[in-house]
Amino acid sequence: MDITWYLVLSALLFAVGVSGVLLRRSPLVILLCLELMLNAGNLALLAFSRSLGNQDGQVFALIVMVIAACEVVVGLGIIVAAYRRRIPLNVDDLRSLRG
Amino acid sequence: MSATAYGWLVLAFPLAGTLIVSLGWRGLPGRSAGWIATAMIGLSFLASIGALVQILGDPVDARQHTSSLYDYASAAGLNIQLNVLVDPLSVYMCLIVSGVSALIHLYSISYMTSDRGFNRFFAYLNFFVFSMLLLVLAGNLVLLIVGWAFVGFASYALISFWYRRTTATRAGMKAFVINVVGDAGMVLAAFFIFRDLGTFDLLSIFSKAPQTFHTNQGVVVVICLLLVVGAIAKSAQVPLHTWLPDAMEGPTPVSALIHAATMVTAGVYLIARFHPLFEIGLTAADIAAFIGLATLLIAATIALVVTDLKRIIAYSTMSQIGYMVVGVGIGAYSEGLFHLMTHAFFKALLFMAAGSVIGAMANRQNIDLMGGFRKAMPFTSAMLLIGALALAAFPLTSGWFSKDEILDFAAYRGGFYVIFTIGGYIGALLTAFYAFRIGFRVVFGEPCEEARELEGGHIHHAEPENPATGEREDTDVGFPGPTHQIAEREWPMRIAMTILGFGALFAGFIQIPGVDDAVHKFLHGSFLDSSLYEQGPSTTAAYRGLLIGGLISVLGIAIAYYAYLRRPGTTAALVARFPWLHDFLERKWYFDEAIDILVVRPALAVGGWANKIFERYVIQGLVMGVTDLVRGANAGVRGAQSGYLRSYALLLVTGFAGLGLYFLLQSS
Amino acid sequence: MKEVAFFAGAIGALGGAIAVIALRNAFYSVLALIVHLISLAGLFLLLQGEFIAAAQIVVYAGAVMVLYVFVAAYVGNVDEPLWEPIPGQRFIAPLLGIALFVELAIAITGSSLQAIDTQGPTVELGFGSPSAIGKLLLERFLIAFEAASLLLLVAAVGAVVLAGRHRAADASAPRETA
Repeated sequence: MDITWYLVLSALLFAVGVSGVLLRRSPLVILLCLELMLNAGNLALLAFSRSLGNQDGQVFALIVMVIAACEVVVGLGIIVAAYRRRIPLNVDDLRSLRG
Repeated sequence: MSATAYGWLVLAFPLAGTLIVSLGWRGLPGRSAGWIATAMIGLSFLASIGALVQILGDPVDARQHTSSLYDYASAAGLNIQLNVLVDPLSVYMCLIVSGVSALIHLYSISYMTSDRGFNRFFAYLNFFVFSMLLLVLAGNLVLLIVGWAFVGFASYALISFWYRRTTATRAGMKAFVINVVGDAGMVLAAFFIFRDLGTFDLLSIFSKAPQTFHTNQGVVVVICLLLVVGAIAKSAQVPLHTWLPDAMEGPTPVSALIHAATMVTAGVYLIARFHPLFEIGLTAADIAAFIGLATLLIAATIALVVTDLKRIIAYSTMSQIGYMVVGVGIGAYSEGLFHLMTHAFFKALLFMAAGSVIGAMANRQNIDLMGGFRKAMPFTSAMLLIGALALAAFPLTSGWFSKDEILDFAAYRGGFYVIFTIGGYIGALLTAFYAFRIGFRVVFGEPCEEARELEGGHIHHAEPENPATGEREDTDVGFPGPTHQIAEREWPMRIAMTILGFGALFAGFIQIPGVDDAVHKFLHGSFLDSSLYEQGPSTTAAYRGLLIGGLISVLGIAIAYYAYLRRPGTTAALVARFPWLHDFLERKWYFDEAIDILVVRPALAVGGWANKIFERYVIQGLVMGVTDLVRGANAGVRGAQSGYLRSYALLLVTGFAGLGLYFLLQSS
Repeated sequence: MKEVAFFAGAIGALGGAIAVIALRNAFYSVLALIVHLISLAGLFLLLQGEFIAAAQIVVYAGAVMVLYVFVAAYVGNVDEPLWEPIPGQRFIAPLLGIALFVELAIAITGSSLQAIDTQGPTVELGFGSPSAIGKLLLERFLIAFEAASLLLLVAAVGAVVLAGRHRAADASAPRETA
């Protein structure tokens, strides 16, 4: 298969993730969409790695996975903490930083 | 010490006096401010004498010395220094200014003794003397203009000294505004001089001018005319004269000093000092002389009818300065300047005597209410008569010598200059008449109430009121003080007036034609480059002129005697016969009304338009428009800060997409 | 054969992704993401990334998504209101997504990326194997490896702090200083 297919697929997944961030209001789902975007990036990394015959891309993707995990952990911690304090879990309601 | 060192001292003393009195005005006890100020001017006078002695020690053609203190502005072809020019002319003026000022300071210590603003008065007065000395000692045109402007300010401050009187403050403003017109003329002249001659230094201007300009070249006539504008504003010549009668709102010593002896003579000094330029731009000199002639006659006619004592003397000042302007305009420099000196003596004396009389009248100034003070105030009456004799140019008084020498010179020059002689003699007749209008009215005749009261031993007391409008006042600061002084009771006043009396009577003897000519010889050192200075009528012609002048003066006094003492109803009858003439003269030839219509109303209209329309719509609109624009943009941009996470994310992605589009397009 | 595998994986990944953003129930979105991740793992296998594929399933789909499941279960479902407060957001967002995709696609398939060898070179047998990746991690990318570990530690501590029960939240009870 052409690498190009993988790359186009990665772009498509990324675009889907972006739309999700823009459209959904629940913070949990927004985090999920962030995961989508990260994984799209991972796919692109592996595709390039394969096309160049170099394993550096795979290592990079591994590190990205680690980062994604950390981010998820912290993000979910925030959601749980917010839920505990009875803050509405709706991103549109959390707008006190307005200009 | 050198002459210029004395020159700096002459300036330093009044400056020190100003600083001491103005900074220490709260702390100075009693009347010490007055004594300090007087002492400072006295020291300045002594320094002037020192300068005189030094100058006399120099050969005649090397008497002009300059000395510079520091460079004030040296850049781009401009070289202005703080320098003084000590030469016979400036020393002469310094002697007159400091001498008469010292006497007036002495007089003021008594006159202003009960005034709550005593210290302020002496601070201003010292500052005035400093400015006037700066003006006459200035070595370059810029410093001269600085002195000119300071003198204008001092005049304003002193005219509106009794600042709670609206008439006084209005008079101060009028004086200042008219003076500014003159200042504008001076500054424009300075621009032209710098443009064509490249320098502001007086001696350099005078040496370069004959080489750069030829006779009656347009630009030099313009420069001289602009200088004349400055001179006539400061010296109250027609048509910029309307401020001087109103300036009588100031205290009498101020009138004596500023508006008789010194400031108003600044214009005469200016023309005399700039004589090299005026002798090239001859048309301008002739125009100046004509202005002097016109003023001389107009002012003399007005002085025939006005009834306020100080205003009569003010108009006589205007008229006498007209003589001086004629003098320096036609080339009779030393004669004109000599008249300046004698006029300073007798005019200051007249004002001092008038101050004493006004004190006896409890601050009222209408001569129709006065009369017969000869028994009640013998000293004042004698001084008043001496001043009037000198003003009328009675034979052997100083005024006789000085005034008639000017008219002799005009006759000598011949041609159309004879008109100055004829006009001058007519003016002399009128002068003699109104001088003794004052003299006979105030001194002789039936004693008025106040005189009788004074004969009985106490000065008349009246409720304080504004002499011009009759409004009631109080005697707190900003208005005249509660007590009035007369010369008979105050020795400082007597000393000052006696010295001036001697001057008015005997000063003429230093300039007897053909005998000593001391002033003429002394001033020669400043007029070496003049083509007209050396000339003059022969001694016999001079004596002939003096004789004619003497006869006219006696004739004028005789007419006044007849009108006021022999047949007391004469003037009233004349007023009834010619009411229109009387009105015309009493309304001061309608100059105030004319200026109001021609200048003041259009200016107010323009100002009103500018305020209501231009300021409100154009300027405010522009400025507020800018702020509204900014505020609007602000509000618009603020809308983007909504607080919504998703909207921020949207903007972010939009930006990213845009950037990507840009790079895509760029690489294709 | 490879093509079929690719398309299967692609459809799975894409379907999962669309399901994530489209499903109303958050829990279902989580499950859709798990499907997506497993499809991606398959695609990784096709790209000779065996270790990565394994890590994806074990770590990502296994541990991280389990976290998600727990939190989703704890928090429950939040009904998203129908009304959209930001004007135009519902309309612009998909458009932007499409625009982004189009740009990226053009970039990928356009002339600027012609240099890519579209099939890639033939690789040796150990390409993408755990030993090869491990060697790289401990030799060339040691610092990145250690930094990532540190990051994990910090994140773990942070999460505990964030979600733990705060005694200071009860403002009245002052803590005794040690």
